Amino acid sequence: MSNPSHQSVETHDEHHVVPVSVYIGVFLALIVLTVVTAWVATVDLGAFNFAVAIGIALFKASLVILYFMHVKYSDRLTKMVIGTGLFTLVLLLFITMTDIWTRTWMGVPGR
Amino acid sequence: MASTAAVPTFLKHHFESADQQKGASGIGMWLFLVTEIMFFGGLFLAYFVYRQAYPAAFASASSKLNLPLGAANTVVLICSSLTMAMAVHSAALGKQKLIIFYLIATLFLGGAFLGVKAYEYHDKWEHHEIPGENFDCETCADPGHAPLFFSLYFAMTGLHAMHMIIGVFIIFFLIQQAAKGAYTAKWSTPVEMFGLYWHFVDIVWIFLFPLLYLIDRVPGK
Repeated sequence: MSNPSHQSVETHDEHHVVPVSVYIGVFLALIVLTVVTAWVATVDLGAFNFAVAIGIALFKASLVILYFMHVKYSDRLTKMVIGTGLFTLVLLLFITMTDIWTRTWMGVPGR
Repeated sequence: MASTAAVPTFLKHHFESADQQKGASGIGMWLFLVTEIMFFGGLFLAYFVYRQAYPAAFASASSKLNLPLGAANTVVLICSSLTMAMAVHSAALGKQKLIIFYLIATLFLGGAFLGVKAYEYHDKWEHHEIPGENFDCETCADPGHAPLFFSLYFAMTGLHAMHMIIGVFIIFFLIQQAAKGAYTAKWSTPVEMFGLYWHFVDIVWIFLFPLLYLIDRVPGK
């Protein structure tokens, strides 16, 4: 409240301008994670190979969505639209895969 | 605030304020991207189902891809995402020359990605690894099902590359508009919306790279 003119500019300027340092930081993290994921693919982690690769990809995608695409600074309606889309994708993948994964458990014909 | 004189020229009459107009553009763009997520999602699902069904075929066919080129292309695409984010950033600050500079950089990096991709496709052609009559992969395990992997590889990377080619055309348009001074600190919505599209294409590749190139690399399994 000590600087009312500054505050009014802040609230009026709806679009949040992200400092360049944030972009550079995210960029460096993405490059490092790319190197890590390419390297870790040559290490035998058994059943965890898949989980690690997908985990790193999910983390990288989250960085891009939150910072490069400004979703961290978006309004709640935008976040809800994105969340709904991702939820639908998860339904598509998981409900289908529960069928594929469990067929062998029960000796269902066709598998 | 002055009354009618303050209404900016870019504000369409059916919107109450510039903020509302911008918010509507953002929601519209994200709705489009959500349909794109489902579009690619179908292909990802097909990949998961067939990988589950024929793991040996997928593992050996996957190792035929050129890992160093795939990794280099990932880095190129991440760089292009940074330059795109900087273009949007410059636009928000009204730095007109920098918008053009960063858009050209993005165009260049996108072109480099597509060039490497074309080289990889050509390589697959030379090695008879394109599904069809001349498909021939003697060193593939389960050669009867190896074409499935390559079909998915070409469908997924092909659809991704098509998005990039469309993106390249849009960048040309944006550069042309930016050169005319169309984008200012108050209004640069097309640059911002295209930024979302370009980053989305980057995200698709972030998943394609490990799934197609990396997951079955370990010889032990």
